[in-house]
Amino acid sequence: MNPVLSLRGISKSFPGVKALQGVQLDLFAGQVTALIGENGAGKSTIVKVLTGIYQPDAGTITIDSTPIRFATAQDAARAGVTAIHQETVLFDELSVAENIWLGHAPRTRFGLIDRRAMRDGAKRLLTSIGATLDPDLRLGDLGIASKHLVAIARALSTDARVVILDEPTAALSHKEIHELYDLVETLKAQGKAILFISHKFDEVFRIADRYTVFRDGQFVGEGAMADATEGQLVQMMVGRSVDQIFPPRSHNIGDPVLTVAGYSHPTEFADINFTLHKGEILGFYGLVGAGRSEVMQALFGITKPSKGAVRIDGQVRVIRSTHEAIAAGIVYVPEDRGRQGAIRGLPIFQNVTLPSLTRTSRSGFLRLAEEFRLSRDYTQRLDLRASALDQELGLLSGGNQQKVVIAKWLATKPRVIILDEPTKGIDIGSKAAVHDFMAELAAEGLAVIMVSSEIPEVLGMSDRVIVMREGRIIDEVTGSRMTPETLVRAAAGIAEAA
Amino acid sequence: MSILKQREALLALAILLLIGLVATRFPAFVAPGSLVNVFNDTSPLILLAIGQMIVILTKCIDLSVAANLALCGMVAALMNGAGVPLPLILVAAIALGAALGAVNGLLVWKLGIPSIVVTLGTMTIYRGVIFLMTNGAWVNAHQMSDDFKALPRAVILGLPVMSWVALAAIALFTVLLTRTPLGRAFYAVGGNPHAAVYTGINVGRTQCLAFMISGGLAGLTGYLWVARYAVAYVDIADGFELSVVAACVIGGVAIAGGAGSILGAVLGALFLGVINNALPVVGISPFWQMAISGSAIVVAVAFNAAQSRTPGRIILKPQEAR
Amino acid sequence: MTAPANRLIPDRLQSPLTRALRSWEAVLVIVAIAVFVTNAFASPYFLNAWNLSDATFNFTEKAMIAFAMAMLIIAGEIDLSVASIIALVSTAMGLAIQAGAGVPLLVLIGLTSGLLCGAVNGFLVAGMGLPSIVVTIGTMSLFRGISFIVLGDQAFTGYPDGFDYFGQGYVWWVFSFELALFAVMAVVFWALLHRTNFGRAVYAIGNNATAAQFSGIRVARVRFILFLLTGLTSGIAAICLTSRLGSTRPSIATGFELEVVTMVVLGGVSILGGSGSILGVVLAAFIMGMVTFGFGLLNVPGIVMSIFLGLLLIGVIAVPRLLRGK
Repeated sequence: MNPVLSLRGISKSFPGVKALQGVQLDLFAGQVTALIGENGAGKSTIVKVLTGIYQPDAGTITIDSTPIRFATAQDAARAGVTAIHQETVLFDELSVAENIWLGHAPRTRFGLIDRRAMRDGAKRLLTSIGATLDPDLRLGDLGIASKHLVAIARALSTDARVVILDEPTAALSHKEIHELYDLVETLKAQGKAILFISHKFDEVFRIADRYTVFRDGQFVGEGAMADATEGQLVQMMVGRSVDQIFPPRSHNIGDPVLTVAGYSHPTEFADINFTLHKGEILGFYGLVGAGRSEVMQALFGITKPSKGAVRIDGQVRVIRSTHEAIAAGIVYVPEDRGRQGAIRGLPIFQNVTLPSLTRTSRSGFLRLAEEFRLSRDYTQRLDLRASALDQELGLLSGGNQQKVVIAKWLATKPRVIILDEPTKGIDIGSKAAVHDFMAELAAEGLAVIMVSSEIPEVLGMSDRVIVMREGRIIDEVTGSRMTPETLVRAAAGIAEAA
Repeated sequence: MSILKQREALLALAILLLIGLVATRFPAFVAPGSLVNVFNDTSPLILLAIGQMIVILTKCIDLSVAANLALCGMVAALMNGAGVPLPLILVAAIALGAALGAVNGLLVWKLGIPSIVVTLGTMTIYRGVIFLMTNGAWVNAHQMSDDFKALPRAVILGLPVMSWVALAAIALFTVLLTRTPLGRAFYAVGGNPHAAVYTGINVGRTQCLAFMISGGLAGLTGYLWVARYAVAYVDIADGFELSVVAACVIGGVAIAGGAGSILGAVLGALFLGVINNALPVVGISPFWQMAISGSAIVVAVAFNAAQSRTPGRIILKPQEAR
Repeated sequence: MTAPANRLIPDRLQSPLTRALRSWEAVLVIVAIAVFVTNAFASPYFLNAWNLSDATFNFTEKAMIAFAMAMLIIAGEIDLSVASIIALVSTAMGLAIQAGAGVPLLVLIGLTSGLLCGAVNGFLVAGMGLPSIVVTIGTMSLFRGISFIVLGDQAFTGYPDGFDYFGQGYVWWVFSFELALFAVMAVVFWALLHRTNFGRAVYAIGNNATAAQFSGIRVARVRFILFLLTGLTSGIAAICLTSRLGSTRPSIATGFELEVVTMVVLGGVSILGGSGSILGVVLAAFIMGMVTFGFGLLNVPGIVMSIFLGLLLIGVIAVPRLLRGK
């Protein structure tokens, strides 16, 4: 069988980064090919090349063995390649039907948009994927899962032959994910060639027929899914043995530091109770959107809870702003590093000292020597790689930026540090450094909360794990119950096996 | 869509209430002739608000519209003085306006300069060019030909041509925005520029086209303005860009782009037009106009923000039965 | 990579001197010298201490506002109502002299009414979270509109003796009060922006307001104070300008906002926020003042000067982008 679409020797560089180096990829009609690789492996770059957003520096793209060039996104769409992205890239202010047909709407004889044909077509497409949405609804009024359906209907509306699903399940619930699987089967049956990008192995094994692995912008291997094992794929992805090594933990747990009681928010979470001890790492596990980050952001003074009490060392503290949280000794390393953590345009040292300025300054005036000293102390402990402390933060790699963000929080000498997905999107080397450092902090007596969706990380690092679902604490897991199965079942709301 | 529709109904109601309020004391204000007059007076504002609304849809702003209007009006008057036939003048005014709009648009598109900086600059440049052309001289009524002055005032079916032009523009641009790919592209570019690229829409080019539409309408209005008031000089319509932006903001056009409608912008313009026309009727000095439109902008933007405030994430199940 | 675990990272990549020589401010110094030399050759009247002193009035009042505006723009906001604040403040002082106020009270009224206008903008932007462009376009109409309501086509005159000192007095020899005040304010704002925690917060907010909030910066409070500062400096400028003109009309200071923003942008402040310096604004003020003065000596009309300003505003941003090939 010949591939519908085939890439050979594709390279793409950006200033300072070789994003893709001579990679290849084949997609076949009626088959799902999984593209597997770590963050930074070049998955999103290849999607942009395939959809005409980027033009490769070298290499060929062929469709049905005919070479083709995608100069614009429209060229790619015309050639029958369409993508459904991680964040649904749609338009809240337009209707469902308009979103489906934007850019290629049916026209009347006078060249105007044929609204009736558009609505009927939208209805037909939505029905074909088993969705019952009113095409006239404003997209902004729909939930994420419905928006996904619209995005898929949009992909079908172009009579696409190649459909790219770019981490489509990231924001979906358990049930919605299963509906998506059914949909992929439908698309397969229609003979589409599907590229499925995911970092979740269970998904890949469930729906993919073939796999292709990238590592650091290079092609590593490909094959049939039936012949592969999880261990092999991981080996190809990371280029070393599977077992992730977590640092040894002291488990030297002291007195309670933070006590949260009856903590509730009108829409985000309810009745949150837990106690955090000195020297402890407390894991928070749950599905994306279970309300974990929301609880943490309320503790940090970003949002306002409606009920409940927070005690630090037994004293009730009212936290209405981040400023008050820091003063109370609670700091939060956010999940969204680019938006909430790093200030890329400022130098490294200014990032580190930003929350500690009252300590480094004298009566409101800056003391640069103090700032350099403080930032050197903390960045060195995290083994930061940078050419100078006055370098712009944005010039560092993601892992090193994360080290600066963590250094910023430690420099405030907190009592409690909350790390929200601390190793998301950073390379393996930096990941290990962050893990080692967390263990070190706990051993020094800091109380640590780690929100993570990675089961090995949660189990490998935590003393205890709290599982949340739909805004509530569902389970607290300790000791011998700390197994992947317990966590997954609790998070998904499935009863524990007898 | 429902919120927007509600909002426009609300604004229409406010306008009717305002007219009714004035009418209780001064019934002559609601005579058909008087209302036609109000609409006719507001026509230039409506025309410019339509253009501005499209520019704002694409996340930009055009502060140079009034200067563009003045420059095109002056060129129209000078062409008339040179004996150029009227149809040609009309075409030239629209083309020049669109070209001036294209200058704004190209600077935004090709160089990525924020539109507020570009149009703040071109606003003074365009007005300065009028001075360079005329050395500050006025073109007065007696220097204009009769057909040049008569066109906007000519009455067809009970309405002056100027009003017909405004009505035609409303119809034309409503169709453009709701029924053509370009119209939907304006919404897409402002609503989610990142996603628009994936849809194959060229964001910069779409923004440039919005500026050209705004400019072309300003050019046309330039002729209408100069012909109706039978005078052209450097400072005509000075500060009018503020009323235009005010009309859009009052009409519920989101300054962050992506949301708004022609109907809203038109109603916003009419709201200001009714106030401006009612002030002398109820005996308030016209010096109040500026402060009133200023307050209207502030109130409207606060109102818009309050309406579009997104509620927090809803994670908890609605039923709290436990 | 086999680097020692704890390598020493140097504080600075370049020496402060290298950095200064490569900066936008260095370009401005060269431009300033060029303008100065050109003017000296173009007109025999230029190199005269009193003429040069007169020239400073072209920029001092605007530059006072430009210092606060620079901080506001660095923080990612803008205030287009500054010229209208001048009109309103001047009107308030005019009302006060009608009521027989003396010079100290006039100054007090000028400063507080400026602060009050700033507080209105600050409340709407920082307190209610509205976009500053639209808010200040609105208050631009509102503030000047109130002046028009009060004054119509009239003017206030008859400012008391002693009040003329602020706009017409000299501290020593050719150094006017306005020039001295400009110098003092330059130093104060330089210290505030570049040497205090507050200034650091301004840069942090302009670069990434969300991350600044997550770092414990009280973002709304900083924004509010910045609007107070533009209000206050507009009030100070209004005192100087009213004193210099000796009268108040509602059309006073028309178009100042454009010149102030141009000055700030020419001074190297990014219109998108996050970077810029007070030194750049000072140099830009000198350049604009001397160009205006040079045009004046050559009898070029004011409106031509404003074309030049418009071109300058766009050119300053466009030329570097063109050179970089976008």
